[in-house]
Amino acid sequence: MAEAAESPGDPGTASPRPLMRDLKAVGKKFMHVLYPRRSNTLLRDWDLWGPLILCVTLALMLQKGSVDNEKDGGPQFAEVFVIVWFGAVTITLNSKLLGGNISFFQSLCVLGYCILPLTVAMLICRLVLLAEAGPVNFMVRLFVVIVMFAWSVVASTAFLADSQPPNRKVLAVYPVFLFYFIISWMILTFTPE
Amino acid sequence: MAAVDDLQFEEFGDVATSLAANPNATTISIEDPDETPKHLPGPPRGSGREEDDELLGNDDSDKTELLAGQKKSSPFWTFEYYQTFFDVDTYQVFDRIKGSLLPIPGKNFVRLYIRSNPDLYGPFWICATLVFAIAISGNLSNFLIHLGEKTYHYVPEFRKVSIAATIIYAYAWLVPLALWGFLMWRNSKVMNIVSYSFLEIVCVYGYSLFIYIPTAILWIIPQKAVRWILVTIALGISGSVLAMTFWPAVREDNRRIALATIVTIVLLHMLLSVGCLLSIVFWSGFFWMQHPQQKSRMTRASWKTDGGWHRVPTCGWCCTEAEAPV
Repeated sequence: MAEAAESPGDPGTASPRPLMRDLKAVGKKFMHVLYPRRSNTLLRDWDLWGPLILCVTLALMLQKGSVDNEKDGGPQFAEVFVIVWFGAVTITLNSKLLGGNISFFQSLCVLGYCILPLTVAMLICRLVLLAEAGPVNFMVRLFVVIVMFAWSVVASTAFLADSQPPNRKVLAVYPVFLFYFIISWMILTFTPE
Repeated sequence: MAAVDDLQFEEFGDVATSLAANPNATTISIEDPDETPKHLPGPPRGSGREEDDELLGNDDSDKTELLAGQKKSSPFWTFEYYQTFFDVDTYQVFDRIKGSLLPIPGKNFVRLYIRSNPDLYGPFWICATLVFAIAISGNLSNFLIHLGEKTYHYVPEFRKVSIAATIIYAYAWLVPLALWGFLMWRNSKVMNIVSYSFLEIVCVYGYSLFIYIPTAILWIIPQKAVRWILVTIALGISGSVLAMTFWPAVREDNRRIALATIVTIVLLHMLLSVGCLLSIVFWSGFFWMQHPQQKSRMTRASWKTDGGWHRVPTCGWCCTEAEAPV
């Protein structure tokens, strides 16, 4: 049940309470991702606001922001969006086809929220890139991205692994690994003009 | 009226007759556990016989065929229908991958590993991994070629991923479709002992592409000799898996058609592998620039002609330094 997403409140009054409640729910889930432990909060009260915010942030940061970059071949905003959401849907379908008992939106919610460490990595990379370019710069970024990638995979596995039959856990987790690997690659290879 | 007789203890005869009577009752349950060890790919009993067994399938594979037919009874518009194609465990997927890496002459991949349980998990995710492996190694090899050039601007060339994905997935689906249609057509003319379902062919093709994933990653090494050796090994393994799988299906046929089929299969596979691996080398392709102001984004290997500035693809495959006209 997505209590956080579904309650419009009184139609006549513009009450700030549901918005604050939504934001608190999103924030609470961010905390759960940053300190992953086996809990059902992400699964029980799923919502897609958090993944949307994270996806938009990531896509914006992966932009280079100049007009004549058409030929550069870097990911455009829509491309990042498509990759994240299409990837999440594919992994969810895969998980359900293998016999997992997680619902479609719960799985999307978990996968979306677990992009948080990689979004943090993107922020750090952008800051590091303001400094002088060089091998040290690259090593720092590589280290940060690897750590955050591992964090994302561990966080999402902690939530998703329980929903799979035990003899198929690896089959369900591998696409998650691939998905975050691709996003990490996009972050690592980001070079501004 | 025989109630009293029924209540009396019945004396069974001596042991011999009771054993003679009983085995009929108990053999049905005992024989099944005895027969199951035969299902496993056991030690070769004699290469010719074993090959025929593998090809024809012993009685039990007929039973599994029937059971498999009973399994897939959901209509195609339900989710459960598609779940039957993902009915594999982790160890089964690993076994199939191992079988595609180690082609043993005489062993048929389909009969040995797939055993009437074709899955779509392997082909789909192996193709996805291959697409990204090619994209990443194409990027990396391009980057390594231009390492150290101050004017080189790294671009991830993202849109080419979709082209690579289209090609690989098209190969993994359309070629099996064509092959299946061809085999069905030949089956109607010549009674072949071995015939494969469409999904089994998709499965074989999907798993046979696995060898290209490590090959694509190792292809980053810019040495020509290493690349040639890698592509030869990959094509050898992959092609032999396919050839050994499909030879039993066509060998009953006219000799020339059988040979032509196998040659076509291997040739198409070779085209795909060479195409994929060369695309890693030429990942950055060509780009043309018209404005002299963008000179700063050019690499060393560029020169000016009448039309504007051109960039030479220094691919590292056939040349290490571009020869620029003076």
